[in-house]
Amino acid sequence: MKDPATNVSPGQSAFLHSQKKSRQFILAARIFLFVFFLAAWEWTASKEIIDSFIFSSPSKITACFLSMAADKSIFPHLGVTLYETIVSFLLVTIISIMSAVLLWFSRRLSAILEPYLVVLNSLPKSALAPLLIVWLGADRTTIIVAGMSVAIFGSIMTLYTCFTGADGNKIKLIYTLHGNSFHALSKVVLPSSVPTIISTMKVNIGLCLVGVVIGEFLAAKEGLGYLIIYSSQVFKMDWLLMSIVLLCIMAMLLYQIISLLEKLCRKYFTA
Amino acid sequence: MEKILELKHISHAYHTPKGETPALQDISFSVGKGEFIAIVGPSGCGKSTLLSLIAGLLKPESGEIMLHGMPVIDCTEKIGYMLQRDELLEWRSIFRNVLLGPEIRGTLSADTKEKAHDLLAAYGLGQFEHSRPSELSGGMRQRAALVRTLILNPEILLLDEPFSALDYQTRLNVSDDIGQIIRKEQTTAILVTHDLSEAISLADRILVLSRRPAVIKYELKLEFSSLGTSDDTPLNRRNAAEFKTYFNLIWKELNQDERSSY
Repeated sequence: MKDPATNVSPGQSAFLHSQKKSRQFILAARIFLFVFFLAAWEWTASKEIIDSFIFSSPSKITACFLSMAADKSIFPHLGVTLYETIVSFLLVTIISIMSAVLLWFSRRLSAILEPYLVVLNSLPKSALAPLLIVWLGADRTTIIVAGMSVAIFGSIMTLYTCFTGADGNKIKLIYTLHGNSFHALSKVVLPSSVPTIISTMKVNIGLCLVGVVIGEFLAAKEGLGYLIIYSSQVFKMDWLLMSIVLLCIMAMLLYQIISLLEKLCRKYFTA
Repeated sequence: MEKILELKHISHAYHTPKGETPALQDISFSVGKGEFIAIVGPSGCGKSTLLSLIAGLLKPESGEIMLHGMPVIDCTEKIGYMLQRDELLEWRSIFRNVLLGPEIRGTLSADTKEKAHDLLAAYGLGQFEHSRPSELSGGMRQRAALVRTLILNPEILLLDEPFSALDYQTRLNVSDDIGQIIRKEQTTAILVTHDLSEAISLADRILVLSRRPAVIKYELKLEFSSLGTSDDTPLNRRNAAEFKTYFNLIWKELNQDERSSY
């Protein structure tokens, strides 16, 4: 029997109701965990169960942020890290798509370069940072290159694998319509790879942030990575923890922006 | 009948590091204008290879393929190829899928767009122009694939088991449907299939290939004198008296081949 107003059967509405309940419970549990963690931290610090000089506390971190926001000293740090991350992310995206296209065109080139890509990809990129400082100097370029170095090789390999995995029959279709390999690339390979390109971008934005922070540890005069290193050296734990919280928020926001882009594209490129 | 396509002593083999697989051996035949030829044979005998050679996607190791007396490799644009699956691109609307060929050839114009509208309307897809391929049934998708091929005005249409991905009922309907479209347009067509009844219901002439390396072992001209020209549709043929006779003839030929290989 269906409710004539909504045209939904009792079984279906019960199912929907239980789904909604479950979603609400998960959300409530998440919020509770967050609040509980902050409250426990604040309480133990104020009762001096933990040493608030070492562990800081939510209220001290907030106060620290507010004072740095009031004298505007935090914004250059935030801006620099954000700028470096976005620039290195954009460069990684463009360069890795172009490299993967080049490799796709020439199977011989990709066979030649494969072992080098594998080695470069598995190399811990933090090992490169000191080298980059010597070569490029201690400035923003170095940090942007450090950010790129973490993401680029894996990104090229993922995209190349995706390109070569494009449906062979659809490529044959292009040839039966008298197209060439440029047509195969532009009409089949690239459009069908859009979901993978975006999921690779999602991974890359996080990796670029990692690389940028590593670079800032070693060679910066500003930025959140610099702030973290500096504050650990002078034992300003409020600054340090605030910087980490800000990094968390920045990583989350950047990820969300790409997720949004992904949602828009998924609608268009998949069945 | 004017000869449009001629294959002379075609041989072809596939090479892998493990060795050579001869696919076709000394294949010669010709196709007249407006003729519908079906090529049948056991699976893996090189039927699809033959179509790829005619389409100019592969170059034969020896022999030559002539279209209007010219090497086919120089005039592949006169050949339309319909693949096993529709291969419609999901990120394009039906209309934009149909325009893929003109787009690739650089002949996209108001005229070709007009023609796409006309063909889609003529084949009952007018209202689906802006739909995504996934919104269409299997039969409609295959029809859209046919329109995508026909918009390029091919002189010869190659059909590589174009109905094999469809379920049985759709398959009968679509082959009836597409068979009639091809007859009406008087397109020269070469159909490759392993389905004997499909071949008999559609073709004017059937070539039977042997197992690999394939040779033409039997040729059969089909005449359905019991059906008038207007009744000569694939579905009507299946009910005609001659159908069973032809079927048994080809079946025997194919199975002789089987037995000799046991």
